[in-house]
Amino acid sequence: MAKTLAEKVWDEHVVRTAPEEPDLLYIDLHLIHEVTSPQAFDGLRLAGRPVRRPDLTLATADHNVPTLDFDKPIADPVSRTQVETLRRNAEEFGVRLHPLGDVEQGIVHVVGPQLGLTQPGMTIVCGDSHTSTHGAFGAIAFGIGTSEVEHVLATQTLMQAKPKTMAVTIEGSLPDGVTAKDLVLTLIAHTGTGGGQGYIVEYRGPAIDELSMEARMTICNMSIEWGAKAGLIAPDQTTFDYIQGRPEAPKGEDWDAAVAHWQTLVTDDDAVFDKELVLDASEMTPFVTWGTNPGQGVPLGASVPAPEDFEDPGDRVAAEKALTYMGLEAGTPMREIPVDTVFVGSCTNGRIEDLRLAAEVIKGRKVAEDTRLLVVPGSVRVRLQAEEEGLDVIFKDAGGEWRGAGCSMCLGMNPDQLAPEERSASTSNRNFEGRQGKGGRTHLVSIPVAAATAVRGRLSSPADLDDLVPAGAGGSN
Amino acid sequence: MDAFTSHTGVGVPLRRSNVDTDQIIPAVYLKRVTRTGFEDGLFAAWRNDPDFVLNNPVYAGGSVLVAGPDFGTGSSREHAVWALQNYGFRAVISSRFADIFRGNSGKAGLVAAQVDEKVVQRIWDLLEAAPGTTVTVDLEARTVRAGEGEGCVEASFDIDDYTRWRLLEGLDDIGITLGHEADITTYEGSRPRWKPATIHS
Repeated sequence: MAKTLAEKVWDEHVVRTAPEEPDLLYIDLHLIHEVTSPQAFDGLRLAGRPVRRPDLTLATADHNVPTLDFDKPIADPVSRTQVETLRRNAEEFGVRLHPLGDVEQGIVHVVGPQLGLTQPGMTIVCGDSHTSTHGAFGAIAFGIGTSEVEHVLATQTLMQAKPKTMAVTIEGSLPDGVTAKDLVLTLIAHTGTGGGQGYIVEYRGPAIDELSMEARMTICNMSIEWGAKAGLIAPDQTTFDYIQGRPEAPKGEDWDAAVAHWQTLVTDDDAVFDKELVLDASEMTPFVTWGTNPGQGVPLGASVPAPEDFEDPGDRVAAEKALTYMGLEAGTPMREIPVDTVFVGSCTNGRIEDLRLAAEVIKGRKVAEDTRLLVVPGSVRVRLQAEEEGLDVIFKDAGGEWRGAGCSMCLGMNPDQLAPEERSASTSNRNFEGRQGKGGRTHLVSIPVAAATAVRGRLSSPADLDDLVPAGAGGSN
Repeated sequence: MDAFTSHTGVGVPLRRSNVDTDQIIPAVYLKRVTRTGFEDGLFAAWRNDPDFVLNNPVYAGGSVLVAGPDFGTGSSREHAVWALQNYGFRAVISSRFADIFRGNSGKAGLVAAQVDEKVVQRIWDLLEAAPGTTVTVDLEARTVRAGEGEGCVEASFDIDDYTRWRLLEGLDDIGITLGHEADITTYEGSRPRWKPATIHS
């Protein structure tokens, strides 16, 4: 029978199936971090259970770590206890850990791919909803809660009802200056935050084929923001080239065997999806959010919408509440909104390609007087690579801050937070109320928009900067 | 996990859609390494507002939350379920739950009862007209009922059969799965050798 990519990967991992019961699914890789794992390890201890497969488990500290003074003990005692608990649990249960200070430490979704542990056709889980990132390699990857973390630690499996499948086909090519982030924000505005619910989504079509692995990760990362169980992209030569030679990639004959299998991981021509959606990349423009969920977005060239613009009464109420929270007036052009802080980083946009793109816009320019720019590499490896390329100097010369690796301002947990009513342009994934700090106001943006906004002090794209650059001062050309 | 058959308690109307898990409990409250003590973080930002529903003394002992669509979106934090439970909630009624939240609820023993949006609306109206009205969530019968006698709202709710069975029996998932350990071992024997490992012996 013809199968979709998701069905192929799913079926390869079914340990046991029975009528009226969820499938028992084998998990190839379990990623762990400090926030959602302590109670799971406690559960194992109480029941006297070991970790079944430490060799398929990897831990790192990312959510609750500082990005300044990261070579010193963590100042906040409660945070220090949480990070220390991860270290003790990893040691007790024999799990490989990349702690703060280790060269492989970083955001768990940056670390997995960078080590070559994320490969096509795998099942990957983590107690973090942005685990969908790994779907960019043609893996089924999704976030789980702490009870499920314990279940995977104890059994290396999960009980899961088989989701439906959806195809999101992106025709055309993204215009210059329009990125994968704009693409996925456009998609979420189109579907709403619940549009993907119950589906594993396959992103496909010419616009997806053209994307780098980093850009594909940005798209799959935000699958959860429109409610999808997971998002994935069929592996191709771009995928294989990215993996080959990485520390945990297959070598020699194993590489050949792996690639031979990975090449079969495509949706069969006559396979049927439960749902299909088509968008055209060539019509897309830089896209930013104005509200308090990732579906409340508009093109950068548009204005803040009015509640009356929404037909659905629920959407109207949500828009009213969002405008109040965000301190915005309907009708204000997005480009006129002043921004206090620009955050470049996160599992959505904290990889080396993202930092290169940001540096390209920032180079030779200055961060606006009343704006601060925070650049946070997704991992220590990304930080070292960026420093080797001199990107840190570009950011610092412009007046930006260059930080250590971690989730940083994406989630308002560690010291990097917005103050009440402080407004950010953020390359992260969530603009929920208080997400980046209590009372903070978040606009989700792409890397080029973040960089240009830092320079102009208002939401901007690089195209808005040309008039600000004195002749001969360099720029983005 | 304790078995759940039926629960009756004060219904709390939360007239909001898209209540993401960052609203249910902000990240700054996630630093504890236990499963208890998260009630302080529940709806932390909204509780500063004197008009927020949980600040009305009539709802002090509320145990059935009635919320708008897309409840529990966003972060996978199971702390959101624990915070609701630690506060005293036994069930949440909504017209649509985010997948991860629904899964976490089923594991931790909080009933996520999915009903038609019109039912949520009618329960809201009823609860606001008579604050302190009780709501019954009957897992055995798969029904929710708000109020008594004429004018009460009664409707069936959706929950998947497997989760319902586990909640009714109060079963431990891991124990069930370990009953299939032979299947897991057999499967492991069939995994290709080129699959990656984090530890090399």
